[in-house]
Amino acid sequence: MALDEFTRSHWYAIGRLEDVPDGGSRSTRLLGHDVVAERRAEALSIRLKADGAPLKAQERYGHVWTTLHDDPRPLYDIPEFEEKGRRLVTAGCVSVRCSGLRAVENFLDLAHFPFVHAGILGVEEQATVEQYEVEPDRNEDELWATSCKFYQPRAAATAESGQVTHYKYRVPHPFSTILYKTCPIRDDAWDLIGLFIQPVEEDLSDVHSFVLVFDEDNSDTDLLHFQQTIFLQDRFILENQVPRLLPLVPGSETPTRADASSIAYRRWLRKKGLTYGALPAIRAA
Amino acid sequence: MKLYDYVLSGNCYKIRLLVRFLEIECEIVAVDFYPGREHKSAAFLGINPLGQIPVLEDDGLVIRDAQAILLYLANKYDGHGRWWPSGDPRLVGEVTMWLVFADRITATSSAARMHDVLGYDLDVGAARAGARSVFRVLEDHLTDREFGGHEWIAGPAPTIADIACFPYTALAHDGGIDLSPWPAIRRWLRRFTNLPGFFTMPGIDHIRR
Repeated sequence: MALDEFTRSHWYAIGRLEDVPDGGSRSTRLLGHDVVAERRAEALSIRLKADGAPLKAQERYGHVWTTLHDDPRPLYDIPEFEEKGRRLVTAGCVSVRCSGLRAVENFLDLAHFPFVHAGILGVEEQATVEQYEVEPDRNEDELWATSCKFYQPRAAATAESGQVTHYKYRVPHPFSTILYKTCPIRDDAWDLIGLFIQPVEEDLSDVHSFVLVFDEDNSDTDLLHFQQTIFLQDRFILENQVPRLLPLVPGSETPTRADASSIAYRRWLRKKGLTYGALPAIRAA
Repeated sequence: MKLYDYVLSGNCYKIRLLVRFLEIECEIVAVDFYPGREHKSAAFLGINPLGQIPVLEDDGLVIRDAQAILLYLANKYDGHGRWWPSGDPRLVGEVTMWLVFADRITATSSAARMHDVLGYDLDVGAARAGARSVFRVLEDHLTDREFGGHEWIAGPAPTIADIACFPYTALAHDGGIDLSPWPAIRRWLRRFTNLPGFFTMPGIDHIRR
């Protein structure tokens, strides 16, 4: 499948800031192209390995970002990164043999909590997903799922007992997603957990994740272990999904009401003309 | 007692399994193995100059190497001699042989997993080929054991040899190694996940019968 304009027009995280230290470099692969990021005298530069062509570069949200596009759409804002008192833990890159779209869709799914994250994010006795709302923002540049709630025995590294956790999900980018969940220690704030997915190939993804939370008890390493435990549980499920690409053909998989965010996500991708990492809605004859 | 631990490490997980099976108390110290490489930091090299986890501290003693830690814990805390049947020279020989074998599983299957999951730069083809030849040996052994009416690697009950060999066998698919050619291994994994007190780690299928 050729690289569609919507996919090509975005910025992608290709590593943590620490992965490209001064004097160092990181070789990786983005959308089927080998790229090299390096830093000399504090200056970050990124280029295509094949012909050395320079690529745009920026550093945000604890990560190094690049794009294959000459005139990319702006990288989305995450205002919470500016808030005082939050702690950022970047969990490093984990490779998964699936389309990055599959990883976003799984992240949006509440129904898997009691089974994939049993004893942490859900319990089998309370597996019902209550109705929630999903809609695009005004310009249809983003998708939001709101008023989600779920009983969780250990919702976060700080949680010592079970609680009904409230969630919001944001999809500001076809290969990025952020969840906002009840902060166990602050009533007026949400904790953020997000995935910045680097599509290596259509069916192979490097997933960068972060935790941006209010937490006074856990060490960064405790938060890291919690996040990696959850994501590696997801990885096991993602690698067993067939096909590895995300089907955008309506009716190719059978959703239930709990899958409203998945339905909306797939519809949004179709509308944007995305084909990379997807089984297309309309196949060329 | 204190265990320097990483949640995604099969070698740390095997120590946590024995701690649970023996119902002993152990403080867990989280190490930022990935992405922070804390096990290679100067501070950690002071604890283990080899720069590896797990490491166990107990009564002023510092022990490294997963199999050595299993031996220490079983000898010190298993009053029944169940996990380390030290009174039977024949079994001691067999269990030790398979404890050493466990490092071959780590060197191959775990290496493939480090490549596929965490992007370690190594020859994954060689790692997978090595894992397949190691699993063939384990498969033949477990098949022989089943013909003799036995369910475990050595002796009549599970030992630290089973604990040592379990994690990186059960995690083989993380490194792109398909276990379907090895039915005796898969039956043994299933028996292991049904042991009383068993708990899983991410990447291990824990459907129980």
